[in-house]
Amino acid sequence: MLRATDLHKTYPTGDEALSGVTMSVEGSETVAMIGPSGAGKSTFIRCVNRLTEPSSGEIYLDETELTSLNDDALRSARRDIGMIFQEYNLVERLTVMENVLTGRLGYVSAWQAFRRSFPAEDIERAYEILERVGLNDMENKRVDELSGGQRQRVGIARAVIQQPKILLVDEPTSSLDPETSNTVMRLLTDIAAEREVPVLINIHEVDLATEHADRIVGLHNGELVFEGTPDELDEQGLDQVYRGAEVPENIGSQRVSDGDTDTAVDPDRPLAGET
Amino acid sequence: MATDNREWERFDRRRRIGRFALVLVAAVAIIGSWRYMNTGIVRAETIPREVGDLLTRMYPPDVAYTTRIVQPLVETIQIAALGTLGALALAIPVALLAAENTTPNAVTFWLGKLIVTVSRSVNTIIWALFFVVLFGSGPLAGATAIVFRSVGFLGKLLGEEIEEINFGQVEAVRASGASSAQVLLYGILPQVKPALVGLSIYRWDINIRDSTVLGFVGAGGIGVQLFRAVNAFAWQSVATVLIVILGVVVATESLSAYTRALVR
Repeated sequence: MLRATDLHKTYPTGDEALSGVTMSVEGSETVAMIGPSGAGKSTFIRCVNRLTEPSSGEIYLDETELTSLNDDALRSARRDIGMIFQEYNLVERLTVMENVLTGRLGYVSAWQAFRRSFPAEDIERAYEILERVGLNDMENKRVDELSGGQRQRVGIARAVIQQPKILLVDEPTSSLDPETSNTVMRLLTDIAAEREVPVLINIHEVDLATEHADRIVGLHNGELVFEGTPDELDEQGLDQVYRGAEVPENIGSQRVSDGDTDTAVDPDRPLAGET
Repeated sequence: MATDNREWERFDRRRRIGRFALVLVAAVAIIGSWRYMNTGIVRAETIPREVGDLLTRMYPPDVAYTTRIVQPLVETIQIAALGTLGALALAIPVALLAAENTTPNAVTFWLGKLIVTVSRSVNTIIWALFFVVLFGSGPLAGATAIVFRSVGFLGKLLGEEIEEINFGQVEAVRASGASSAQVLLYGILPQVKPALVGLSIYRWDINIRDSTVLGFVGAGGIGVQLFRAVNAFAWQSVATVLIVILGVVVATESLSAYTRALVR
């Protein structure tokens, strides 16, 4: 379970990327975070594993408060957070297997890592995951020989082998063609479901979000302006997210009357985003 | 009303005068230093004769001398190799300090830059003089001089390579919970590996050439033989040494070019 409370991020340049975002990812649901470019989606995800330091606010991953951890504690907390990146961010000059095993670095010493001597169970798990994502017999290929779709599969494998408590996914499909995007999204959500890992996905393609997510949150100008099931995302919701339209007062009650089971959000909580 | 022709000038008057003044200063400086140094080819007609004279005295090269320079030659190559290896080991941490994206803070950044600058601003021969005083004459002083000169070169160029890496790959490794050492091994080193190998071989190639003159100040290698031969006016031996050095340099250069092409 991931829960962020009143998360703020102001960059040194003065840009306020997040102005008080409160949201959570519960159970093993897939939450899609939509919003226009610059809405703060990436910043939010990066604040969770502190690739970007949040300015204020709290983030809980299960019982651990992430924003106050020191370096050592943060490193071990990061082992429980899998991340999948927009540009794959694989180490291009390493092989597929080395990239997948990068996900286990938190559990081996630097010397073992240097020797590439990972525990046998990690190797076994890596093979299983590679088969699952459809990259059988590719383990010794160098990543820069792969296609975009194959690379993102390696990216998924690298995150999943961490056996994370949550998967953070930052625009996984924006470098892929529509066909491949769909396959990769399907693969990602299927694997997460099999392993019962909750997923938080940043995505700007609304179609992919509504198709693959259990719940959708919308960011606009660093504020949460929409929260609901894919069915609830209508024209009005899109207006709020993409064009900054007024948020109607009754949105909270709408949400509750739906009887959505995954809801853990206090309906009385004022929605940020009265723009 | 008739429209005025619109005027356009690349520089306004003040900039034009400024530029003219700069050219003037440069010209005065060049002419001034030429005259001050008293340079000037006084008797150009003697040059071909002098060169011809030197060449006849060098011919034929003293082939028998070859046997006596094999050992110093090997020593020269060893000085270069050892010096390059030592420099490489030191240059990696220096490069990490001197690269903006990996240095821990401003102080370490300037420390890195300082090491690079000091190392680079002193010529190998000067470093050798220094270490001959410190260690006494011999190849150890030479190899240390090579290390001290090469650290700056490798540190600077490797640091620039590190600044060019794709930081996303580094972040991905870090995001999995890797330690700093692991981030270095998996995120940074693979990205700069071709540059690391290429630069080291290139530096080794330069160091071979540098080592050939280290002997002039008593820091070992084939330079000792060359210096002695020149002082004894043994021009035929000098010719042999020069030919052998040329051969070694050509060989290392081709080897260096070939090896650098192998790494991708």
